[in-house]
Amino acid sequence: MQTLLQNLLNGIAAGSIYALIALGYTMVYGILKLINFAHGDIFMLGSFAGYYGGRYLAGKVVGDSVASVGSAALVLILSMLICGLFGYLNERIAYRPLRNAPRIASLITAIGVSFFLEYGGQMVFGPDPKFFPTLIEKRIINIGGITTTNYQLIVLIVALAFMALLQYVVYGTKFGRAMRAVSYNYETASLMGIPTDRIISMTFIIGSMLAGVAGILYGLSYPKIDPLMGIMPGLKAFVAAVLGGIGNVPGAMVGGLIIGVVEAFVGGSPFSSYRDAIAFVILIVILLFRPSGLFGKYQAEKV
Amino acid sequence: MRKPAFILLAALSLILMGCPPKGEVGQAAGGGDGEILVGEYGSLTGSEATFGQSTHNGIMMAIDEVNVAGGVNGRTIRVRTEDDQSRAEEAANAVSKLISQDGVVAVLGEVASSNSLAAAPICQSNKIPMITPSSTNPTVTEKGDYIFRMCFLDSYQGESMAGYLTRQLGMKTAAILIDVKSDYSTGLANFFERAFIANGGRIVGKQSYAKGDNDFRSQLTALRATNPQVLFIPGYYNDIGQIAIQARDLGMRMPLAGGDGWESPKLIEIGGKALEGSFYSNHYFAGDTAPVVRDFVEKYRERFGQTPDALAALGYDAAKVLADSLKRAGSTDGPAIRDAIASTKGFEGVTGSITLGPDRNPLGKKLVIVEIRNGQLTLKDTVEPAGAAAPAAATTTTAAAATSGS
Amino acid sequence: MKRLPWWLRDLIFLCGLIVVLLGATYALSYAESYYPAMRYYHRILVMMGINIGLAVSLNIINGHAGQFSLGHAGFMAIGAYFASFLTVFYFGPYVDKFSEGTMTHWILQNALLVVAVIAAGGLAAIAGYIVGLPSLRLRGDYLAIVTLGFGEIIRVLILNIDKVGAARGLSGIPEWSNLFWVFFFSAITILISVRLVNSSVGRAFLAIREDEIAAEAMGVDTTRYKVKAFIIGSCLAGVAGGLFAHYTPAYLNPTMFTFIRSFEVVAMVVLGGLGSISGSVLAAIILTFLPEGLRNVKEFIPGGRDPRMVIYALMLIILMLTRPQGLLGRRELWDILARRKDTVAKDPRDDDAGGDKLDRDSGPPVT
Repeated sequence: MQTLLQNLLNGIAAGSIYALIALGYTMVYGILKLINFAHGDIFMLGSFAGYYGGRYLAGKVVGDSVASVGSAALVLILSMLICGLFGYLNERIAYRPLRNAPRIASLITAIGVSFFLEYGGQMVFGPDPKFFPTLIEKRIINIGGITTTNYQLIVLIVALAFMALLQYVVYGTKFGRAMRAVSYNYETASLMGIPTDRIISMTFIIGSMLAGVAGILYGLSYPKIDPLMGIMPGLKAFVAAVLGGIGNVPGAMVGGLIIGVVEAFVGGSPFSSYRDAIAFVILIVILLFRPSGLFGKYQAEKV
Repeated sequence: MRKPAFILLAALSLILMGCPPKGEVGQAAGGGDGEILVGEYGSLTGSEATFGQSTHNGIMMAIDEVNVAGGVNGRTIRVRTEDDQSRAEEAANAVSKLISQDGVVAVLGEVASSNSLAAAPICQSNKIPMITPSSTNPTVTEKGDYIFRMCFLDSYQGESMAGYLTRQLGMKTAAILIDVKSDYSTGLANFFERAFIANGGRIVGKQSYAKGDNDFRSQLTALRATNPQVLFIPGYYNDIGQIAIQARDLGMRMPLAGGDGWESPKLIEIGGKALEGSFYSNHYFAGDTAPVVRDFVEKYRERFGQTPDALAALGYDAAKVLADSLKRAGSTDGPAIRDAIASTKGFEGVTGSITLGPDRNPLGKKLVIVEIRNGQLTLKDTVEPAGAAAPAAATTTTAAAATSGS
Repeated sequence: MKRLPWWLRDLIFLCGLIVVLLGATYALSYAESYYPAMRYYHRILVMMGINIGLAVSLNIINGHAGQFSLGHAGFMAIGAYFASFLTVFYFGPYVDKFSEGTMTHWILQNALLVVAVIAAGGLAAIAGYIVGLPSLRLRGDYLAIVTLGFGEIIRVLILNIDKVGAARGLSGIPEWSNLFWVFFFSAITILISVRLVNSSVGRAFLAIREDEIAAEAMGVDTTRYKVKAFIIGSCLAGVAGGLFAHYTPAYLNPTMFTFIRSFEVVAMVVLGGLGSISGSVLAAIILTFLPEGLRNVKEFIPGGRDPRMVIYALMLIILMLTRPQGLLGRRELWDILARRKDTVAKDPRDDDAGGDKLDRDSGPPVT
């Protein structure tokens, strides 16, 4: 029982980071129907922004708790800005020129951008792993034999906060309504006077900013970062997005949590050597019964 | 008809880019202008880049030293390096390029056994000697009589560690955490498990992760329940730091033990306090007082700004042994160089005295056990092989006696 | 002039091919003795041949039938491992009973290679059938991620089979494959692909790609044909994998078959022009050559870092931006050449070439 709860907790903490990355995938997919394979690498950039920012601030701020929370927030904002910028550039350079081209062409440029960021990252940052600075003092919390850290709680709270924020942006603001309009029908939306290009850019920026947040949270909980760190979490997050029904914001969250928890349980079982495959097994099983994911609406094909 | 023109243009630019710099091919094995060209292939990018970089640093340092000291029989050595992106099929391409396009006379590399295994058959069929500094899989040198190795085998390392834990430290139970994606890790875990059981110990738990994972909590939670006296993790340092932190977070207090994959200045940087009291087996100890080691560590720190790890030391030794063999061979013929390498005897390297046996593996290399104490690497013990021919039957001496030796 | 029946033309083509390939093999080995760098080019040439096989076979699934598979590395892995399993444990020991250099040895070795490679194709075809089944229910990107998942599952399974070496990889595979066999099977792959497009099956594929509902309404059994495309494509990928496994250094490791490898093959198909066979061949040649050709770039750049893969990624992006419909669009090289000669009217297939089935309105919206 204790092990069960412990694994559940571990899974939720890991899953909430998947969920944050998955949100970026799902937003971009919802609006452009494009699998943005470079998204995992934007997440990597977020971690590195946090690494350099944190190291710079570490020299300035003495380790008292208010200041350290402040500097952590600063690093978070920095990382979001940098990821937002890269997300924007990514869309502007690699995807917008292909807006009217076959969709598959943008998929290849997405793969190209992903390779570019991975190899470019290895050239610029160096290929060796870096130690992510300790932004906040770590505390270990033990409740009835179940151990957790304040990091895991921070990850959970920050992730949930940003998801709530996103939910508000998509459903409670004018921008969100425009975004949904573009995602329903691009042409009609532009006829209705919605600046579609700007909306798409903003979507990329917001999605990338969430990847930046995920990058910081990831660096905080797993303080080893390297230029190839985005590949596997990116892929798993994408699976999470599809699992939840791609294009669906709550679906991405639930999908991320499911993947995180199931991986935690498999990791702690005698079948731990199959852990990398398990996300896909769940995905296939779920898609066989619900072809559009858990929360995706099945669309009858237009004739 | 703009499109075919475009295709033509693209094709043309590609062909231009692919042309080798002229003059490279001509100066092949003969080395008309007095240079000896040696090839190195390594994981300079990709998931194992950090090992490739260390090895590369060690090799470059050794070759520069040889050249400053007058080169080999009056000729300087030049190293041509190719990146294999930590991918086996790329390693095969890279070595093929080094041998046939660049015309290198010998090849140095790789760390990962999978990449060495992909390159070795190409060296063998071209009759170009290859020295792997740090591939520990036994099958690498079985690929042919042109393939040599500088480090001890995993069987030796696993058995020594198991023997040390059971006999010296009197441990009865151990758990193992394996990197299922790495042949090094699965191999070392196997040897360790067998020897640990043979010595009367019991393996209480076994879990796997895949290199590149960052969350090990669920595996550790399962192992925590088995309550072992020691947790053996035959992985690479970049994962070890995280594992240690998460194990301590989960309240696991037992020491962690591992192999030479742990060795890196980054180990303590990432793992920090979580690694206190843990130890691993290694090829050499950077704090060793032997002059050859001290000299190497000092120069390396000066040049690269960090303490050399075992891979740098092995790369250095491999390059030094190659240079020494080139000198003794007196020729740049493949077979002549091979014979010279094969007859290497008592070469004083950083990682100990190197004598190559008939199976082209070094005989009776010592093994050190390094402990992390007060955030520093300290020498815990040295394991000297009993007989040069039988490294499996290892005996141990105390730390004090060992530092004066080697 | 009356045209010969198609099977006779193919037979003549194959005989000609065998002669040309044998000639090329001898010419290469002759050149190698004078110019050692040829050995490296020889190797790249063989890798091109294997990639041509992979790209053309994926083109059947992604290009002709309009499905979207991202799991080609998985089929290749099945073929590579199964063929090696046969030769390492059964065929190799049998052939070794005959002394090397004898005629029997030589004949047996080549015959058994063909048997192993075809068996590999067979097993990959079965896997293709299993993977193809979900395509009955899944569309577009959902199918893409499921096939990607199958590829990864296959890799993890191989990683857990100790008999074929698990993480150690499988070494000691006999080096039976060579330029001749690789290009022979690549040519067969191309031939099958060409004949397929012009057959009723190929017409059904194209109909499904253009409009699945219309095809269904016209009486095309879409389910059957979609699975068929997967079976044929994966079978041919398995063959390419089997040949890859037996070529120097004859070493297999599960890390060779990650989804990155699938991406590379997809990039070849899309860059060549989705649905264009000769385009796939052309792109396979370019994308195999590119990373090797860029190896010497670092000699011109100070600083010791190797920019070749960054340039490779940039080239991929730029090529795709300048030719969004692929190098050849949907046309074939021979169409272009033929049109030059007799200046036929514009081919309607030129317009909006490449996957309009996957256009923007086909996915679910944000909710």
